[in-house]
Amino acid sequence: MKSAQFDYHKPKNLNEAIALLGRLEDAKLLAGGQSLVPMMNMRFVQPAHVIDVNGIAGLTQMSADVSSVTIGAMVRQAELLRSKVIARDLPVMAEALRCVGHFQTRSRGTIGGSLCHLDPSAELAVVAALYDAEISVQGPGGERVIAFPQWPLAYMMPSVRPDEIATKISFPLWSDPPGYSFVEFARRHGDFAIVAAACLINLDSSGIITKCSLSIGGADQIVHRLGNVETSIIGHLANEEIFEFAGDLAGNMDTMDDAYVSGAYRKRLVRVLCRRVLKKAVERTKSGGQA
Amino acid sequence: MGVRYFGASILRAEDKTLLTGQGNYVDDITRPGLLHAAFVRAEHAHALILGIDATLAQAVPGVVAIITNDNLPDVLKDKRMAQPYPSPVLKQGICCHILAANEVNYVGQTVAVVIAESRHLAEDAAALIAVNYQVLDAVIDCQVAYKEGAPLAHCSAPDNIVATLKAKFGDVDVAFANAAHVVSISDHHHRGGCHAMETRGVIAEDDPSCGEITLWSATQCPYLVRRLVAQHLDIPESSLRVIAPDVGGGFGPKASVYPEEVVVCIASRMLSRPIKWIEDRREHFTATQTQRDQFWNLEAAVDKIGKVLGVRGTIIHDNGAFVPYGLLLPMTTLGPLPGPYSIRNIDVTLEAVFTNTTPNSPVRGAGRPNAAYAMERVMQAVSRSLGLDPVEVRAINLVRKDAFPYETGALNRVGKPVVYDSGDYHGCLDKAVNLADYKNFVTRQDAARKDGRYLGIGVAACVEDTGIGPYEGATVRVDSSGKVMVETGAASQGQGHKTVIKQIAADALGVTFEDVRVQTGDTGRFAQGVGAIGSRIAVTVGSSVHLAATQVGTTALALASEVLDQPQEELELSDGAVRGKGDHNVFISLGDLATRLAPMAGGSVPLSFNASLEATSYATAKGQPYANGTNIAEVEVDIGTGEVRVLRYSVAHDCGNMINPMIVDGQIVGGVVHGIGNALFEEMIYDPSGQPLTTNYSEYLLPLSSEMPEVNIVHQETPSPLNELGIKGAGEGGAIPATAAVVAAIENALEPFGVVIERYPVSPERLCALIVAGENVV
Amino acid sequence: MSEKKSITIKVNGISHSLEVEPRMHLGDMLRLELNLTGTHLGCEHGVCGACTLIFNGEAVRSCLMLAVQADGAEITTIEGMALPDGTLHPLQLAFHEHHGLQCGFCTPGMIMSLVAYLQDNPSADEANIREALSGNICRCTGYQAIVKSALSAAEVMRGETG
Repeated sequence: MKSAQFDYHKPKNLNEAIALLGRLEDAKLLAGGQSLVPMMNMRFVQPAHVIDVNGIAGLTQMSADVSSVTIGAMVRQAELLRSKVIARDLPVMAEALRCVGHFQTRSRGTIGGSLCHLDPSAELAVVAALYDAEISVQGPGGERVIAFPQWPLAYMMPSVRPDEIATKISFPLWSDPPGYSFVEFARRHGDFAIVAAACLINLDSSGIITKCSLSIGGADQIVHRLGNVETSIIGHLANEEIFEFAGDLAGNMDTMDDAYVSGAYRKRLVRVLCRRVLKKAVERTKSGGQA
Repeated sequence: MGVRYFGASILRAEDKTLLTGQGNYVDDITRPGLLHAAFVRAEHAHALILGIDATLAQAVPGVVAIITNDNLPDVLKDKRMAQPYPSPVLKQGICCHILAANEVNYVGQTVAVVIAESRHLAEDAAALIAVNYQVLDAVIDCQVAYKEGAPLAHCSAPDNIVATLKAKFGDVDVAFANAAHVVSISDHHHRGGCHAMETRGVIAEDDPSCGEITLWSATQCPYLVRRLVAQHLDIPESSLRVIAPDVGGGFGPKASVYPEEVVVCIASRMLSRPIKWIEDRREHFTATQTQRDQFWNLEAAVDKIGKVLGVRGTIIHDNGAFVPYGLLLPMTTLGPLPGPYSIRNIDVTLEAVFTNTTPNSPVRGAGRPNAAYAMERVMQAVSRSLGLDPVEVRAINLVRKDAFPYETGALNRVGKPVVYDSGDYHGCLDKAVNLADYKNFVTRQDAARKDGRYLGIGVAACVEDTGIGPYEGATVRVDSSGKVMVETGAASQGQGHKTVIKQIAADALGVTFEDVRVQTGDTGRFAQGVGAIGSRIAVTVGSSVHLAATQVGTTALALASEVLDQPQEELELSDGAVRGKGDHNVFISLGDLATRLAPMAGGSVPLSFNASLEATSYATAKGQPYANGTNIAEVEVDIGTGEVRVLRYSVAHDCGNMINPMIVDGQIVGGVVHGIGNALFEEMIYDPSGQPLTTNYSEYLLPLSSEMPEVNIVHQETPSPLNELGIKGAGEGGAIPATAAVVAAIENALEPFGVVIERYPVSPERLCALIVAGENVV
Repeated sequence: MSEKKSITIKVNGISHSLEVEPRMHLGDMLRLELNLTGTHLGCEHGVCGACTLIFNGEAVRSCLMLAVQADGAEITTIEGMALPDGTLHPLQLAFHEHHGLQCGFCTPGMIMSLVAYLQDNPSADEANIREALSGNICRCTGYQAIVKSALSAAEVMRGETG
């Protein structure tokens, strides 16, 4: 299982990388390598050129202020998991990251790589959807910012153009720090999730849901925000009944069939995990939900 | 002579090199002028080869040769591999060509080989070889293949039947006539693949200067490889030296002889260069034998208290496309029936059937886990039907302690009665029940249900026939240094054979563990051997080493007696020498004695002694020792997702006298985890056209540390009367009952939904479907 | 043939300069070019963990890294775990004492993963270690003895025993 031959390029800066992308045909960007290299070893992909973006300055910064957290595309998953900023401002990301591969892959895997590879059940995509994150990409024409709802075009196809590189991702924070939860069902620890669910939620002082964000990965070819479920539960008391209601409603979403798992089972998982993720998020609100 | 090492958990001699990265696996070996091979493999499950165009591949720089069946030397063209285990029952023992002639019969079959300066270049060239196929109908499901009119797995075969085997003794008709109840079971077994962490690999080096080919192979059976490859090449066995270096796990599939082993030898001879081929993991999924599917349908006649009187039924067994391992898998499926139970009437027929899939042969336990699974499903059905506790059902049916040696009523492969040599099966059952805190389980289960959690417990008992003959020989030799060398054909893949051999030899000769060296797995160093399969090595080699070492000790005492002029009864072996017993102050070192028996020019060997202080023993088995055990699994089922967690696992195990309890424990835990993997995770999926759909480790799920329980073990030692050491084998006793215990536990957890499991592995999705069906009924 | 690249890499404290094809992964480079065969290749697609080594202080899968990416890096492999005088690392000792290896093929990856993990999580308990080792597959042992070895080594590495 040896990779086919390719020419290797290591641009020193973003402009060089973009120029290479524009000039070279059949090129792939090498970020963490945890998805690309196995595919090359198995000869599932055989790019003529590999552009290694690991040396590019300016893609590994993280910054936070009261309204958002911005993460460079090349920040390693391990660094995110270690980060006090993430633990404080995006704890749901930390919870999600514990399910991403294994610590040996997280030392190399990057947030940008994960979002650009866009596996249907990618945990970081589920989190990005939850926050309507904004992804900045840079191309020959300059910078674009793509809001997450517009990011996934199709199965494993983000809306970044072939001559563009993702540079950073911005997560707008909720003004009232929400209860949060990330749950997934995978066969074994570290496996790709069959279905993953994430939730952010605010309650008012009497336990009524005032704001909610619910995203699902793995159920369909792309990650989804369940806007209809969110709207249906806002204004209701956060209790078992509403969790079950939300789960049932969520379970109506379109799901995909593949050789290993059926769409029907995915629906069941969506129902079960939505219920559980909502419940957990509510427990984590300041009030902890209804007594 | 003292017993200092036997029975002790001596730390392993194998560890140091392996822990420091100094292991010597096949891929670690390099030879001057080494070339590398990459195989082109069949892309279709069944097809004719119309032509092979290697023009583009030849042009890749660094390519030295491309070999297909067509450009093999004439004497080797169109020659199929030989059947290693012929049998009169084998109706169609079709073996493959080393490189496909004009038909391919499964995805992964060898078609061509590229030899190049590096594996990278060989793969580059292999990708450019164009094979023109005419795709034929493939038959993938053995239940279809078995029927008349099914598509043929082999074009020129009359049908797809490999063999029909029977386990038949007693009179089932009478048993069923007298039955108070009849229970039936219908199960689909699926055991997956090998997946040793080291894939297969070979290096062949032809040395014309001494007319010998050396073949390093990650094999469990160097002597079988030597015989079959030598015969295929039409050279004497003495012209082929096969060495099994450090091998990274075997588990059964590395006990076969494979076409790659022959091809690499031929290539080395053709090119006068050493050739290395290392299987990559994707190849391993289809190129290395697997164990996969059996479909069982059994009925059991039961009396009114729950004693099973007779079992009858049928098994359809997926043989895969070829028969590289004879009928050993079907035989080890039927042979163990009825397991640890005293059931005197059996009539089970097994049909082994060709399909266009990877050939199936034994994987850890061979057919024994299947036989045990079937018997345990019968016991579960009895428990359900009669409303009896599963442990109670086992207690009613287990062979009793006073019945040993116990003739089951069956005849073995060579027509001799099957006899369980010794055992205390109820003892193991009781020990397992205590270890698992079985009696208090219902309390745990009830409390959990109030919390909406579903716990379950399952029990499975089994026997394990071990130590199959004919022998595994050993030479024990002392040299002038007084240190001991043991040479044996036995091959090791991690079982710690060297360590237990050292223990036995050291005890017999009164030397230290450190003073014994062991050489294994090299046909150039030891004359004959059989292989590491079926938990046989400790018993066979253990006996040979013990006998040979004892003989050496006797010789040493006799010679010492002469030299020291002392009566032999006054002498003993201790601390590397022969010494006077008690206060007797005489002494002669083993080294001195060894030198006397190996004099140089002008010297003489003492009369009535043979040269060299050594002895060779091919201790022949008097029969097969039977180990046994009871396993109890406790699980939790998440009825929302269908996930199963094994929370607790208890094993009571009896392998007679244990040479090294630490090593036995390691074997048990490894086997249990494999069995749990079979219950919950491992599935080799083919699509209807015979394309494998699980060909990497994200698709094919091996058990990981995060999902596996701690395994608690209690030992019982009922010595075997069949060998002096009283030992029984221990390699597969964990794997054999584990799947059954876990499945029984799942059913117990889901009793409120009336779930009965009819297939393993049990996926969460399938479990949810069963739960939903149960909910709808209720 | 694509252009070879020059790299300099420090392995177990020794600096090496060599030329590699871009497509050669780090595991292959160590085995084929530097004759360090202690790092094993079990799957070459990043799941089995047998190829794990320490790269600039972190555990990585060497089959998923191109050798050219290791230019300027510091690497520790299983061959670099024992001291120059042969004294075994506490993990190596613990694996020996607790039968944490059988065939030994997954063992280098296990040990290198644990070295990194225990460095960051010195007080890991059994559940932590089982979760941490989910990225390393063993077919022989059933993991129990490996976990026991890891816990024992962790104690020694914390200075509590040994």
